[in-house]
Amino acid sequence: MIKLSSLIVGGLAAGLTLGAQAGTLDDVKKRGTLSCGVSTGLAGFSQKDEKGKWSGLDVDVCRAVAAAVLGDANKVQYKPLTAKERFTALQSGEIDVLSRNTTWTHTRDTSLGLNFAGVVYYDGTGFMVSKKLGVKSAKELDGANACIQAGTSTELAISDYFRENKIKYKPVTFDTSDQTRAGFESGRCDFLTSDQSQLYALRIGLKDPKGAIVLPEVISKEPLGPVVRQGDDQWFNIVKWSLSAMIEGEEQGVTSSNVADKLANGKPGNKRLLGGEGELGKNLGLNPDWAYQVIKQVGNYSESFERNVGSGSPLKISRGLNALWKDGGILYSPAMR
Amino acid sequence: MLKQKTTEQIKAATRKTESGSHAFYNNPKYRAAIYQALLIFGLAYFFFTIISNTFDNLEAAGIKSGFGFLSNAAGYDVLMSLIDFSSTDTYLRVFIVGFLNTILVSILGIFFATVLGFIFGVMYFSTNWIVKKISVIYVETFRNIPLLLQILFWYSAVLATLPGPRDSLSLGEAVFLNVRGLFIPKLVGEGGSILVYLALAAAIVGIFVLRSWAKKRQDATGQQFPVFNTSVAMVIGLPFLAALVTGFPFVIDYPALQGFGFRGGITVIPELMALTIALSVYTGAFIAEAVRAGIQAVPHGQTEAARSIGLREGKIMSLIIVPQAMRVIVPLLNSEYQSLVKNSTLAAAIAYPDLFNVFVGTALNQTGQAIETIFMAIVVYFAVNMFISFIMNRFNSNVELVGR
Repeated sequence: MIKLSSLIVGGLAAGLTLGAQAGTLDDVKKRGTLSCGVSTGLAGFSQKDEKGKWSGLDVDVCRAVAAAVLGDANKVQYKPLTAKERFTALQSGEIDVLSRNTTWTHTRDTSLGLNFAGVVYYDGTGFMVSKKLGVKSAKELDGANACIQAGTSTELAISDYFRENKIKYKPVTFDTSDQTRAGFESGRCDFLTSDQSQLYALRIGLKDPKGAIVLPEVISKEPLGPVVRQGDDQWFNIVKWSLSAMIEGEEQGVTSSNVADKLANGKPGNKRLLGGEGELGKNLGLNPDWAYQVIKQVGNYSESFERNVGSGSPLKISRGLNALWKDGGILYSPAMR
Repeated sequence: MLKQKTTEQIKAATRKTESGSHAFYNNPKYRAAIYQALLIFGLAYFFFTIISNTFDNLEAAGIKSGFGFLSNAAGYDVLMSLIDFSSTDTYLRVFIVGFLNTILVSILGIFFATVLGFIFGVMYFSTNWIVKKISVIYVETFRNIPLLLQILFWYSAVLATLPGPRDSLSLGEAVFLNVRGLFIPKLVGEGGSILVYLALAAAIVGIFVLRSWAKKRQDATGQQFPVFNTSVAMVIGLPFLAALVTGFPFVIDYPALQGFGFRGGITVIPELMALTIALSVYTGAFIAEAVRAGIQAVPHGQTEAARSIGLREGKIMSLIIVPQAMRVIVPLLNSEYQSLVKNSTLAAAIAYPDLFNVFVGTALNQTGQAIETIFMAIVVYFAVNMFISFIMNRFNSNVELVGR
């Protein structure tokens, strides 16, 4: 009797572990798909079209990891998550990677049991107001109502900003970014605050995009990047270098269209990146052509950026900080050797 | 001879078993105690293992645990707070702010749901066809639509379509209604206003005294006293007299359009309105059904008996039917009230800053301490519902049939 009950107890307790700590690579390979946490819908970063196909800059990171690990960028299972759900989903092992416009902060990196694997987009908190208000600067927003998404670093950034400037505001915090847009449109709030990239994305979803302007102020640093669980260094490396492969691809001028040619006839650096030389893939526990597949199927960073948020998209965001270091931005991949 | 031996053998055997049954583990008392001790030990071990295992795993995964975060500054603001709150306050204060907001919407919801429920429940028995049908339509409509949908309806389809602050609907330039909420004047008491509040309190105490006096007098002499009219006169008259004596020590703070919206007065945010309306209307439909069930449970003979002794229809309802119906209604009300409190967590859908939204939502996300925050929220909802149960059970024992 006692034996039986302690067996049950032991079994239950063992079942309550917080998901596997290591071996994410094996799990993904065995499953045959990558489980990737994305947003519930944010133009340019992760959005689903009417056919159920996901696209966006964040989605491309998922696709890059799937291409590197499984050789097929389409083998991704997307899990749409609200800001409030995202970390728990990753901690509990429900997803393998979180690629959901998530700001890399000290607290998140150190106390949630997570690791940020790099920066996909350098962003900052900004403000969107209705043109009718005639507001030119965020400092004129004393006493205004703000639509914010709950559980984001924006909530903290805006609180600091208004306190510093000794002005007041009322936060109306919604669950999803669509709800914040609806609140802004109905006039519940005077302004909408979020990462600048999101503001542009939300603006094109407005009934009258020209009736709203994004104020020039950027009040915080919001580096957005993919997140993995702490304690699985191999998987951390894979995600980190899959992203780096896209950036390195742009630096070396390797694109999805010339990748085969670069592998055959390119410079030594091209061959090392694409698996023609060296053991970069083997060191990650992947096939030698891991980066080749990333660039061939997803494209380099520039291709992905322009397609999703840049000139090839309705958002038309300029590269700005997100240009390569040699083009005046701060995008930089560690040395690929 | 043979027979005798057998009897002895049987006796011996019986003695043996008797001595066996005296062993402590065969004593049903001890046996029960041992099993219970084992069960308690087993349960304690079970929970200990779960808890220690969880904390070990959290630590192994590098996730912070413990309640230390409660004393850290929250760093974010909350839309509505019944106590002073700023972003430099702690997570514990966020917890209290959220808790009070949950209590506020629950009390408002319970009050309006009860009023609606009783009105529509009694309307069902109207002899007027239209009045009866209105009651049926109300119950069937709101009982059969999911609550979340109703909340979103009131919030997004009704309140969000109100005009902006500059085009507010207004009532005598004192009350304003717009997409930002309802703005009403606030009575600000100055020195001497305490006397008016005291007068109001005295009036309320007076009503109870009056009631018991009137009842005693009626029991003794059969004479009736207009308790209701006198009570109303007292509640209005006494504070008014006190205000006259002290020379109206109140300033009315009117809401006024300034900057981006209205300042001054009392602001009722649309999130609170939408949630209160949806919870009241939804739960009211269930309460109306409870009231109908309660009234129908009173045998028709009671009404006939009351009529035969010459009571008026109104008196029949208040003296004969309702007191008996309450025996059926009160236990049903208990569970409706508890559901309402639990349903208030749907606030998260419309940005009402209740406990679930500001604590389980934002605080959980900012600190990442899911287990602690959710545990605290569970305890709160559990405690609030236990409290409601306690109150309603007390109330129930008052209306219960008293055996003689």
